[in-house]
Amino acid sequence: MSLSALTVVPQIPIGDAIEDFFDWLTDNLDGLFDVVSDVIGGAVDGLIAALEAPPALLMALVFALLGLLFKGWKFALGSFVGFVLVISMQQWSAAMQTLALVLVASVIAILIAIPLGIWAARKRGASAVIRPIMDLMQTMPAFVWLVPVVTLFSIGVVPGVIATIIFALPPGVRLTELGIRGVDPEIVEAANAFGATPRQTLFGVQLPLALPTIMAGVNQVIMLALSMAVISGLVGAEGLGGQVTSAIATLDVGLGFEAGLSVVILAIYLDRVTAAIGQGDARTGLARFLPGKKKDTVEEEVVADEAADQPSAEPLSPEELDSTARIHS
Amino acid sequence: MNAIEAHSTYKVFAKHPTRAVARLREGASREELRKEGITAAVIDASFNVKEGEIFVVMGLSGSGKSTLIRMVNGLWEPSAGELLVYGEDIVKMNTQQLRQTRREKVSMVFQHFALLPHRTVGANAAYGLDIQGIPKDEQVKRAKEALGLVGLKGWEDSLPGQLSGGMRQRVGLARALAAGTDIMLMDEAFSALDPLIKREMQDQLVELQNKLGKTILFITHDLNEAMRLGDRIAMMRDGKIVQIGTAEQILNDPANDFVAQFVLDVDRTRVLTAKAISTPPVALIGSEQGPRSVHKLMREHQTSRLFVVDRNQKLVGAVDEEAVVAAVEAGHDTLDGILDTSVVSVRQDVHLTDLLGVSADTPKALAVVDDEGRVVGVLARVTLLQALAQRGSKPTAASDQTPAAADADSLLVKGGAR
Repeated sequence: MSLSALTVVPQIPIGDAIEDFFDWLTDNLDGLFDVVSDVIGGAVDGLIAALEAPPALLMALVFALLGLLFKGWKFALGSFVGFVLVISMQQWSAAMQTLALVLVASVIAILIAIPLGIWAARKRGASAVIRPIMDLMQTMPAFVWLVPVVTLFSIGVVPGVIATIIFALPPGVRLTELGIRGVDPEIVEAANAFGATPRQTLFGVQLPLALPTIMAGVNQVIMLALSMAVISGLVGAEGLGGQVTSAIATLDVGLGFEAGLSVVILAIYLDRVTAAIGQGDARTGLARFLPGKKKDTVEEEVVADEAADQPSAEPLSPEELDSTARIHS
Repeated sequence: MNAIEAHSTYKVFAKHPTRAVARLREGASREELRKEGITAAVIDASFNVKEGEIFVVMGLSGSGKSTLIRMVNGLWEPSAGELLVYGEDIVKMNTQQLRQTRREKVSMVFQHFALLPHRTVGANAAYGLDIQGIPKDEQVKRAKEALGLVGLKGWEDSLPGQLSGGMRQRVGLARALAAGTDIMLMDEAFSALDPLIKREMQDQLVELQNKLGKTILFITHDLNEAMRLGDRIAMMRDGKIVQIGTAEQILNDPANDFVAQFVLDVDRTRVLTAKAISTPPVALIGSEQGPRSVHKLMREHQTSRLFVVDRNQKLVGAVDEEAVVAAVEAGHDTLDGILDTSVVSVRQDVHLTDLLGVSADTPKALAVVDDEGRVVGVLARVTLLQALAQRGSKPTAASDQTPAAADADSLLVKGGAR
């Protein structure tokens, strides 16, 4: 049975076709890939240099202060302790390399994801095309992306960034689309009814109202980028991923855990900070005291509720209240 | 001039709208089309809205009223027919012209307010102006004016989330007013508000409309609201307009059983006015007239009480037969001394609900007067009770005028006329 099945269903050479395609890419678009490679490599190297220039403890303090700004003093203290731990484990340099890779990949992914998401939200056809591509990008085992990327960009940090972008992009697109589609249709209708152009509707209504969802997408992009950045250690990207890879190669349990723990600390820090920024008002952080940010409005709300229902009419007597209520019910 | 005119307008949601409209014209029913997945939202709707009037479209959910209102500003394009806004057909406009019409001629108020939660109340009120690219300081000024009109002065810097439902809809109203359009579309604008606030908003709308003279197309599913607000009302059912008329016309002369059924639930006391149910006075007496001629008039009309008016036909009082007879026997020449000046008069536009208390206080007939204080009708307790009792049928007082009553004017006797 099994033999006959093998002979009946012809073998479709998908693998060959894809290999041919990538060969064609390397042959014909080599120049383009060189440019991309230079730009991304330059960006990552520059960022690493910037992150590693000040003394490690000073940088840890800067990160803690950012935490204080967006989240609060408890989180700031916790993250400072965490980063000091990274320094003490001799993983600081690797952590900064990974952070640079994650930031560059995330920025590029977000710059691609948000316009794609907007397009998908506005055109049903675009959505129908983009959706399966996003599925493919997200569900394909992460390692698989490393192979073609290496053939195009050889080994090093650049293929790591490219693979990370591919892997981290989908939630940015999906949540942008979801956020825009989720905006109250009546509000969009109101914008139309007052004569707004599609552009005015997008920037004045849809994007601002979809912002919390879009920011959740940004948060997801960064988290996925971090997880992929570690895997990209396999293709020679330096950083915590590289440490993990060499720990596997040398069966160094200690190094593996030290690098792993550093990833966890970095991940928690990035997640909490981006989530706090995403919530917009940064309620608990120092950012609420910045000029231009709205102060807490609890007191005003109470006043509003009291004056709310009858700002112009004189108060009705209980009998009047009773009779009007009866008539209308 | 008509602000809005619809001529046999259709809206169907289908793959081939023209084909569906053709079938509707041939007599296909809404139900038939629904089975094929075609929604005929508005079928052959014709109406016109006069400048400065409140025109209410009333219907239950699914009757097509929301689609109808959205065709007026082109949010939905009509499938067939004409829809004119100040003489220009919405259907023939391109995107640019349509946008211009929305900015300059037609604004809209929404059921759930549709405010921008991230903008302040002031910025929300200025939204229409912002879209038009009007300078910031003028935006602020006009938004402030509009917010002042709706009673939200001083709330400019609050966020919509800090306001109650009624206040939010005031912002929605201010946004439409600030845009400065002559036509305002109101889609179930007060339906989401609780009854007390709703009533307050209705009163305010009428007040604003009197002040500003806007043309308002108001959609509602609440017939009491329709009757309270509408200068004229269009009743919609299953996509068709079944009757257009004033509140009293619809109440007293429903076009079909559907409307009649609806009208049953209406609180008649809030719709019918003193004028509508009163009888015209059989005769009026000039204040300078003598008891003798008054007595003669009373016998002619077989009535025991007549109103007395001055030269300008303003109410002075009333006389009773007994007093007149006594005056005649005593040989008096004037009505001095027998004039009953305690007559209670009510304005002709007062609703029944407000008449009940007045009528309870005095056993005698009420005088119904117009804005100038001239007597236009008589309202006896019995008439009032009859009007209340006749739910859904014509009150005889308003329509069955006796010949004598019809030419009451000719019976008007003025002092010195004889």
